[in-house]
Amino acid sequence: MNTAARARERKEKPGPLEYMRQWPLRVTVIATLVFLYLPLITLMVFSFNDSRRNIVWQGFTFKYYEKAFNNASLMEAFGNSLTIAFVCTILSVILGALTAVMLWRFRFPGKTVVEGGMALPIVVPEICMGVAMLVFFARVMPWPQGMPWPFNLGAIIIAHTSFAFPFVATVVRARLASFNRELEEAAKDLGASEWRTFWDVLVPHMQPGLIAGALLAFTLSLDDFVITFFTAGPDTITFPVKVYSMLRFSVTPEVNAASTVLIVLTVALTAIGLHLQNRNEQKAKA
Amino acid sequence: MEQSWRQAKTAFAAIAVPPLVWLLLFFLVPLAVIWAYSFGENVGPVTIDLTGTFANYMRALEPLYLQIFWKSIIIAGLTTLLCLIIGFPVALAIAFASPRMKAWLLLLIMLPFWTNLLIRTFALIAVLRENGYINFTLEWLWNNASGLMTLLGLQPLGEFEPLTLLYNNFAVVVGLVYVHLPFMVLPLYSALDRMDRSLMEASLDLGAGHMRTILLVVVPLAAPGIASGVLITFIPALGAYLTPDLLGGTDSQMIANVIERQFKRANDWPFGAALSFLLMYLTFIAIAVQALVQRRGERRGT
Amino acid sequence: MTDAAPATPSNAPAPKAQPHVKDNAIIRFENITKRFGKVVAVDNVNLEIREGEFFALLGPSGCGKTTLLRMLAGFETPSEGRVLIDGKDVAPLPPNKRPVNMVFQSYAVFPHMKVADNVGYGLKMDGVDGGETKRRVEEALDLVKLGGFGDRMPDQLSGGQRQRVALARALVKRPRVLLLDEPLSALDAKLRDQMRSELTSLQEKVGITFIMVTHDQDEALAIATRCAVMNRGLLTQVATPSDLYEFPNSRFVADFVGSVNMFEGVLDKDEQDHAIVRAPELAAPVYLDHGVTGAKGSTVWVALRPEKIEMHKRAEGQAAMKMEDAPEGANVVPGIIRDIVYLGSETIFEVELDGGRRVKTFRSNLTRYDQEDFTWDEPVWLAWHACSPAVLLS
Repeated sequence: MNTAARARERKEKPGPLEYMRQWPLRVTVIATLVFLYLPLITLMVFSFNDSRRNIVWQGFTFKYYEKAFNNASLMEAFGNSLTIAFVCTILSVILGALTAVMLWRFRFPGKTVVEGGMALPIVVPEICMGVAMLVFFARVMPWPQGMPWPFNLGAIIIAHTSFAFPFVATVVRARLASFNRELEEAAKDLGASEWRTFWDVLVPHMQPGLIAGALLAFTLSLDDFVITFFTAGPDTITFPVKVYSMLRFSVTPEVNAASTVLIVLTVALTAIGLHLQNRNEQKAKA
Repeated sequence: MEQSWRQAKTAFAAIAVPPLVWLLLFFLVPLAVIWAYSFGENVGPVTIDLTGTFANYMRALEPLYLQIFWKSIIIAGLTTLLCLIIGFPVALAIAFASPRMKAWLLLLIMLPFWTNLLIRTFALIAVLRENGYINFTLEWLWNNASGLMTLLGLQPLGEFEPLTLLYNNFAVVVGLVYVHLPFMVLPLYSALDRMDRSLMEASLDLGAGHMRTILLVVVPLAAPGIASGVLITFIPALGAYLTPDLLGGTDSQMIANVIERQFKRANDWPFGAALSFLLMYLTFIAIAVQALVQRRGERRGT
Repeated sequence: MTDAAPATPSNAPAPKAQPHVKDNAIIRFENITKRFGKVVAVDNVNLEIREGEFFALLGPSGCGKTTLLRMLAGFETPSEGRVLIDGKDVAPLPPNKRPVNMVFQSYAVFPHMKVADNVGYGLKMDGVDGGETKRRVEEALDLVKLGGFGDRMPDQLSGGQRQRVALARALVKRPRVLLLDEPLSALDAKLRDQMRSELTSLQEKVGITFIMVTHDQDEALAIATRCAVMNRGLLTQVATPSDLYEFPNSRFVADFVGSVNMFEGVLDKDEQDHAIVRAPELAAPVYLDHGVTGAKGSTVWVALRPEKIEMHKRAEGQAAMKMEDAPEGANVVPGIIRDIVYLGSETIFEVELDGGRRVKTFRSNLTRYDQEDFTWDEPVWLAWHACSPAVLLS
């Protein structure tokens, strides 16, 4: 659109349903976005501030990033979080995809019960799940102490996977709902076996759902505090748990720096995920 | 459409067994243990006897804890209401924005949701605390106003008293709204976006203004979406642990904080288990109410 | 507008007597242009609609007809120009303050309200009191033959009934103008025919100006008293249905309204009382019994409707037949039947001319044996009267 046309459109009176172009709603939207973003942006900006009191701008510095990167326990927590998220994503995508295919494909006795059971981890309050995991790993199935890294993270990985895979299942099942079963029949009609049909037709169709589900599982795991808080031992600290304990002692710009790194990481991941999804959609359209 | 499991028993087993076993072992069993503990008694520092007593539940119904439950419901309800009041116009504006703008706005609303909850809460602390940005801005305004008064030959204003915005119920509600707003906006948006626009146009055409159109046509038709938005805001707000823990004061403990204390500090697992299950029952009641609203909405043929 | 044929009475009174059509312009579009970004949806349209008319806006999808209608209702704002209702510029009026009501393409019946509440909605908005509302709602439902349906919910109604609710809901407000957006497009064929005649009689009964948008030329010809044909945002022709069909002013209108055989040619002779066009695809010159306002030697198009072409048997080597109203050798061309489509009431023949061009012609099956008269690959003459072709300059 050239500038003249744009200017003209701006001048034109908005239509009755163009709510976004009416000022009361525009103000609400802008105010909401400011409310959502201002704290995060100031947090990121002040991670570069050369002052401990970090309220007035004193000058630009990277020293808190240096400090954060030299803080061994913080870095270890960061590494733990990424490792847990990575393994949990793989497990959740596999289990979630299986769940989705099972519920989409088959008719079996007790299906509604299974559907309800799969929805439970999504709706049960985090705190309840957290204490259940605490008790489970303390009394029923104690995770062996002193395992080498990364096996010492097993309990947390299991707990994360338990609440993440039903989310993946929901996303993948929604994607499967748009599958045209005639494609499957066409593949079989052309001579493909059941197994080949699954890999050649169904899996490619599921792919955007799998990517979205993986992204969701990864962030859910990286984000989780409450359940980890109850499952983590003294030598299995994750990033949120570490930040939590740092906050309890004192607020230092080091936390700002570490948080900024995590925010940038999640935004980058989201961007990659959306990009992959867009590319897939465009490919599907072409 | 669906295939009977009998027609492909091996395939069904291969697909169904891993997730079902995982769900059973690593989710249902832990919950069942907690449920059993809620009828147990502490007999030693680490031993719990499953005596089948209802004492834990009776204790949970004492005024002290009942009050905390009630307070949690009020705070979660208030959070939900505020999210609805802010989220509805935002969702409305997004649903009727141009396609390009819509994609960007949705991304902007969703992005904080992908950001770590702890970091977001921490960011809010920096804004709200006594020497935080809000008080800093207010102080600056105050001092300027005071200076202006002196310039005009009037009595200067007194010393600036910073507002106490943190470690109280206010901060908890602000924090919960901050965290849960995207949960409300997205279902509202999808309900409004799906709605047949000609219905709104018909209402305008027949002489209703925007307010009446929204009240008489949009809200009733978007009721299922509103109900699901309310539910997915209310449930996590009711069970919130981190926000009241970090932003609240001594009197703004919510039910999750009490549960945590039983498990981590007071070491009274049976009582904590009973509280957990009461919280879960409350959650299920909320879901049931929502399902009822949803069904009524569907019956209306929307 | 350039009129090719001499007698294009597009502004002459319609053949049918219409006592309820008055002379005043109830709607006036003045230099209306609407842009959506770069796209020009409506391009400098000037149009007057008289009180009491049943007016149709006709055109292919995306021609701007719906945009024009929505500007009347207030759902779109013109980029340029003015919309006047009863001589007053309605630009400052929001949709809920305009004296027009609309029947939506999807009917837009509120699914959460009873039929009576749907119909009474507009009256409630106007603050009409309960008793009066009840009376008028019943009256309106009777008018659309839905008496006694007031307590039903919309999902208990058929598509046709829902449309009647939408009609009643708009009419009960006694608007100055009723707008109908593709009113019949969602109905099945049988119901559509029935609704056509009902809409006409309803309009005569209530005496309100109706403006209908449609892409279906049959519908426009059957219902409207006057039609405007639009193409790519431009108003192409405004005329009565019969004038649109018999005296189209452009290739677009001739082609869009009805079916047509179009031949490009050169204007060879243009006198007061006759004209001759030579088309390379036709072996014979086209003789017309009237003059054409065009420069000699200019390119023109001859439009021949299939039903206006006669077909006669031809033997090899036989001399060309002669049309009584044209000179020797004009308006008659030889050809061979290549395709026959039997439709029952009539048969469509596709005849290949000498140059390879195929021409369509209809023959009514006047007796039960008519369809046996002609067969595949049979040589025939195609002939037409001097007053049948329309000569188009654009």
